[in-house]
Amino acid sequence: MAVVKNVLDLIGNTPLVEVSQLSPNPNVRILAKLEGQNPGGSVKDRIAVSMIDEAEREGLLQPGCTLIESSSGNTGIGMALVCAQRGYHLKIVLPENVTAERRQTLEAFGAEIILSRGSEGSNGALKYAQQLAMDNPEWVYLYQYANPANPKAHFEGTGPEIWRDCPEITHFIAGLGTSGTLVGVGSYLKQMNPAVQVWAVEPPSGEMVDGLRSLDDGYIPPIFTDNNGFELLDRKKVIGPRESIECTRRLIRETGIFAGISSGAIMAAAVKCAAEIDHGVIVTIVCDAGWKYLSTGAYSDDIDLVTERARKVIYF
Amino acid sequence: MAVDIRIPTIMRPHTGGQSKVAANGATVGELIADLVAQFPGIAGQIVTPDGALHKFVNVYLNDDDVRYIGKLDAPVKDGDVMSILPAVAGGA
Repeated sequence: MAVVKNVLDLIGNTPLVEVSQLSPNPNVRILAKLEGQNPGGSVKDRIAVSMIDEAEREGLLQPGCTLIESSSGNTGIGMALVCAQRGYHLKIVLPENVTAERRQTLEAFGAEIILSRGSEGSNGALKYAQQLAMDNPEWVYLYQYANPANPKAHFEGTGPEIWRDCPEITHFIAGLGTSGTLVGVGSYLKQMNPAVQVWAVEPPSGEMVDGLRSLDDGYIPPIFTDNNGFELLDRKKVIGPRESIECTRRLIRETGIFAGISSGAIMAAAVKCAAEIDHGVIVTIVCDAGWKYLSTGAYSDDIDLVTERARKVIYF
Repeated sequence: MAVDIRIPTIMRPHTGGQSKVAANGATVGELIADLVAQFPGIAGQIVTPDGALHKFVNVYLNDDDVRYIGKLDAPVKDGDVMSILPAVAGGA
């Protein structure tokens, strides 16, 4: 392998791995795209570099300027990696109840952390970042939930990689956070083959951390509505913490893939999909590896205890 | 069909604090109608005046969002569980 000039050049081109041993149906293959192989450790490296590249092209970023973003971890880590390489300061609004590893990783990459209330979840972090961006107009707010460079990273990167490696794909299953992965990859795959089904997986917002005082505090990412997300999706499943953790454990023990808990939720949905269809090839996303979740005990502690803890922690 | 409906925290003031309510119906729409008949205050929280699902509400039948399996016409079996979840910002 040739010498890579900069670690940012390692973002993308992640491997697709057969995990069909998890499939309950011998006529259905399941493949996992290992996004934890990105240098910042998650799929979010893709949108971090894409959003910052785009902002540079638009002339929004000057050397030494400050960016602000809300994140429960992975987008923040990806942006911190890119910002450190490009000479920008980064402030991340982070809910106080994410794992210690996420917080420390952000700090290790040089981000400044602004904590938001844990009970308000990702919703609360998002609203606080919006407020801070308004109060400090000199800070650049790339707003991952609405930035077109987010789905673009997947339309131009993740999607074509999947099509190149597995043109026989029948189903694409990914998590629904900002909706960037689903919208970008889903639109690309349907453009290549309209018969491809796109399934979303939603974590149940822990009821301790849903951040809602009333229904009007609800939130749908602009990326989803701007790109006809409701029409793009074929199915949407909610996977609870227990099932997510059980499937995360199956992933490591049966396939050797050490994944984060949200990837367990996605894989649980893929297993259900495989049981439901006659034949096909399902491609899923493993968003990140398990290292940042060890402190939750999810991989080894009593499953009842871990499930109960998951109600109070943001693990997506 | 007898089905349990899980009520999210923000709607529990309308169900006397209950997190789980039993309802009857052959479709998701009928279950919601029965829920509303039992707890009229919850009506505006789930459906709009023209009868569509509220935009910030996701209704799941077992683990499926009903928007993709027939919306209010989605058929219900005995022992199914319906969950009402508010739409919030995802993580990451």
